[in-house]
Amino acid sequence: MATTAISHTPSFSETFFNSLYKGENGERFRTCLQCGSCSGVCPFGYLMDYPPGRMIAGLRADEFDLVMETDTVWMCVSCYACAQICPSKIPITAGLMTRTKEELLLAGNVPSELQSALENSQRYGNPMGESPRKRADWTMGIQPQVTVLGRDKRPVDVLWFVGDYPSYHPRVQLVTKSLAKVLNALGLNFGILGPEENSDGDTQRLAGERGLFEMLAEKNGRMFSKYQFERIITSDPHAYNALKNEYPALGISYPVQHYTQFLAERIDQLKPLLKQEVQAAVTYHDPCYLGRVNGIFNEPRILLESIPGLKLVEMAHNQTTSLCCGGGGGGMWLDGFQWEKAHARLSEWRVHEAVDIGANILAVACPYEPPRFEDAIKTIPQASKLMVKDIIELLAEALG
Amino acid sequence: MNIIVPVKLVPDLVEELSIDASGTALDTAWLRMIINEFDDHAIEQAILLKEKTGAHVTILSTNVEGVDDLLFAAAAKGVDRIIKLNGDIESGVNNHALSRAMSTIIRDLKPDLILTGVQAHNDLDGSIGPQLAEYLEMPYIGYISGVNVSGDKVIVRKEYPGGLIGEMQVSLPALLGIQAAEQPPRYVAISKVRQMMKTMSIEELDLSSLDSSGAPIVNRLFQPESGERATMLSENADEAANQLITIFKELGTL
Amino acid sequence: MNQDIFVTIEHLRSKVSELSYIMLAAAHDLAQGTGGEVVAIVLGQNAQGLTSDFNADKVLYVDHPLLSDFNPEAYTKTLTRIIDEYKPRAVIFGHTTIGMDTVGGISAHLGLPLVSSVRTIEANSKLISQICGGKIMAECNLPEPTALITLVPGGYKPEQGQSTQSPPVTSIPVHLEDGLRIKLNQYIEPETGDVDISKEPLLIAVGRGIQTQDNITLAEELAQAIGGVVCASRPVVDQGWLPTSRLVGKSGSTVKPKIYLAIGISGAPEHVEAITGSDVIIAINTDPIAPIFNIAKYGTTADLFELIPVLTEQIRNIKG
Repeated sequence: MATTAISHTPSFSETFFNSLYKGENGERFRTCLQCGSCSGVCPFGYLMDYPPGRMIAGLRADEFDLVMETDTVWMCVSCYACAQICPSKIPITAGLMTRTKEELLLAGNVPSELQSALENSQRYGNPMGESPRKRADWTMGIQPQVTVLGRDKRPVDVLWFVGDYPSYHPRVQLVTKSLAKVLNALGLNFGILGPEENSDGDTQRLAGERGLFEMLAEKNGRMFSKYQFERIITSDPHAYNALKNEYPALGISYPVQHYTQFLAERIDQLKPLLKQEVQAAVTYHDPCYLGRVNGIFNEPRILLESIPGLKLVEMAHNQTTSLCCGGGGGGMWLDGFQWEKAHARLSEWRVHEAVDIGANILAVACPYEPPRFEDAIKTIPQASKLMVKDIIELLAEALG
Repeated sequence: MNIIVPVKLVPDLVEELSIDASGTALDTAWLRMIINEFDDHAIEQAILLKEKTGAHVTILSTNVEGVDDLLFAAAAKGVDRIIKLNGDIESGVNNHALSRAMSTIIRDLKPDLILTGVQAHNDLDGSIGPQLAEYLEMPYIGYISGVNVSGDKVIVRKEYPGGLIGEMQVSLPALLGIQAAEQPPRYVAISKVRQMMKTMSIEELDLSSLDSSGAPIVNRLFQPESGERATMLSENADEAANQLITIFKELGTL
Repeated sequence: MNQDIFVTIEHLRSKVSELSYIMLAAAHDLAQGTGGEVVAIVLGQNAQGLTSDFNADKVLYVDHPLLSDFNPEAYTKTLTRIIDEYKPRAVIFGHTTIGMDTVGGISAHLGLPLVSSVRTIEANSKLISQICGGKIMAECNLPEPTALITLVPGGYKPEQGQSTQSPPVTSIPVHLEDGLRIKLNQYIEPETGDVDISKEPLLIAVGRGIQTQDNITLAEELAQAIGGVVCASRPVVDQGWLPTSRLVGKSGSTVKPKIYLAIGISGAPEHVEAITGSDVIIAINTDPIAPIFNIAKYGTTADLFELIPVLTEQIRNIKG
């Protein structure tokens, strides 16, 4: 007589864990050593009820529903420090943290700050809730006039994907204008989408809204296909990450570079134009999504070193160990939530590091960073003389 | 219990509004529509009642641009039945016409409770709730921020100035004008909405001919004069702070 | 034909609303155009005494136990009968939790035209309404035969609706049957906060722009430094970040401070109508076209997250 198999209804925990295996490199979850490095290196690990390592333990113990009852996964800023240090090379950030956020979102468990940013992204194509019609307002007054493809309808060599904060945030608009100045100085034929551009969607994706990411990507893809250009450049590492690593899976594939790569390629053309000295000790903060996630460390440094008078110094944490500014994974839209739990901002730790090595200028290359670091500086008396500048702002200054 | 929620889309005030060439209507070129905030609360309140009492929830909206997204998002939140109303609504329809036409449709749905937003910012002929209630011969209370079912009645919290609440009881069937749901409208993940688009279908019903009598005829629309605008201080925080200190000193506060 | 202008007076727990006087003022403007009288309608129980300072030509008073507190059903039925019997040229209702509960049903029942959100009356009986968050104004002629109007505050001062000469009061009968489907159970007082913001002289108000509950600390620190009290607009209270006792607006408190510092508040009409009694309004909002700047005396588009801490610090230094 054949034995009947015992029927087994999988628990939520089991179903969820199985789904993780199906993600890219997901089978590596089986090889977790429970070494605790991820929880240790996580900037907010000490605050989470379930830091990454303990989440995996929870999955293995079939108790993940306990994890789902807490809200500490929203402390994750998707900085990839955990994924980077894991000896088993488990894709913790995208494979677990983001997936958990997705489940919480589906259950309607989402902090209200983040809710607004997501709803705004859906309605207006940017998390701030600004009118899409105003997305190219930053170009007003710039000579020669910046080509807006929908209005000017001509082929260009370079499509510059500007991004949300670079388009709308007053501080970051200064960075955007500097990039326009440098591109013009090099005589490049470039254009922007302006009001037709939507948020790249990467941070929304990492915050758990996969559907929203796909919707935004599809919209951008449709716009790209309307125009003629050879390549895409962007000042935003998050947009770079999306365009390079995530959009191709949706059928949207173009050569894409961060502006630091693009300009480093053209250093021979750029360097002679940098006539004005910038006398300062400058330290460079490797943005998570340029450095750790995409391995671009040298090009930004090449650009800084090409500026006359500039002295480059390195902070204690640099390159792969760079300390996140706290803006990723939805952190930009969870500031209040994270402050309530931590009473410390990651950006402040980084500013202390810059002060410690005697830097005059903290150089950055990501749009979240100028406002975050400048806010942090205001709360740290010893940092009162420290300035924050995007690399492109320093280059624009050196152009004279 | 059968709950019906009529909702509508209104101009999104994030965009600047402009008036069209005729001078009597809004220019639709850049007009973006968004769900009436109070109707959004009505949907949330209906879902909360469904979660508490197992009620069946239907929502209705006129067939204008953006209505499909609105209906599917509501479905993703838990609305059971989504209905689009077709009719001669190209050039906009006022509440008098809509309430008359909708009342025949709603009567056939045999509602126990109707929830709708207490008002909408583009209403010029009053809000739709009380008029609809009259045609359906139901009692109406508006400015409601709490609803509880108690047998064949609902107990509601009506808002008065100064934070005062009037707790009223109303026999069903009844129509309520919702000011605020008991919690802010919940978030719904886009993937859920997209799933609804695949699994659920929007029913379509026809509005009988629309009779607008009772609504005013607009001579013209215009934008208000700014009047005496504020004296603007510096946009630099440090300078503005200094200027404010001076003002506070002048006013005797400091 | 009757050219009188009727005004439906609103009273709550023996106090006549300020809007009622504003409605009387508007009614006089309208009556000038039509040549009729201004007639105040009061429904209630033992409420005749409330009418002594009305600027009206006469009062029609209905007394009944079922009218002692506002009841949408009882008031709608009674007003419908009165309007149908007297057929005035126009009837003004408040655009409020009382007026709006009745006017729509009356319009539908009697087939009378309704114009809402009216702010002022202009020459030749033109009604000027304010819609779309105050961004758009609409002009309509006074419709016939009896125009039902809902009035929002802002166009007239309450003093214009007051008079030292008490109008004559005429009691009129009412036929109200039992079997109403709506009943008032009780009033629930607002959470008695520590403060009554309507009596405070210095208010620090926060709106949506404050973004998170935690950021309200910035406002509290400023309030503490300067000796003021924190209050809020609707979105903040709806989120539960401050109690309803701190709500400034249509459903909350009307305030008349010496200084009203509006932080991250756009200036929607429901909020603005509750602060026009302030001596000085100062607005902080990064949106240069926020409506609040139209009623503020001073304004700045500086970022509140930069400005407020700096301001607090400076005030602390001054006060020592």
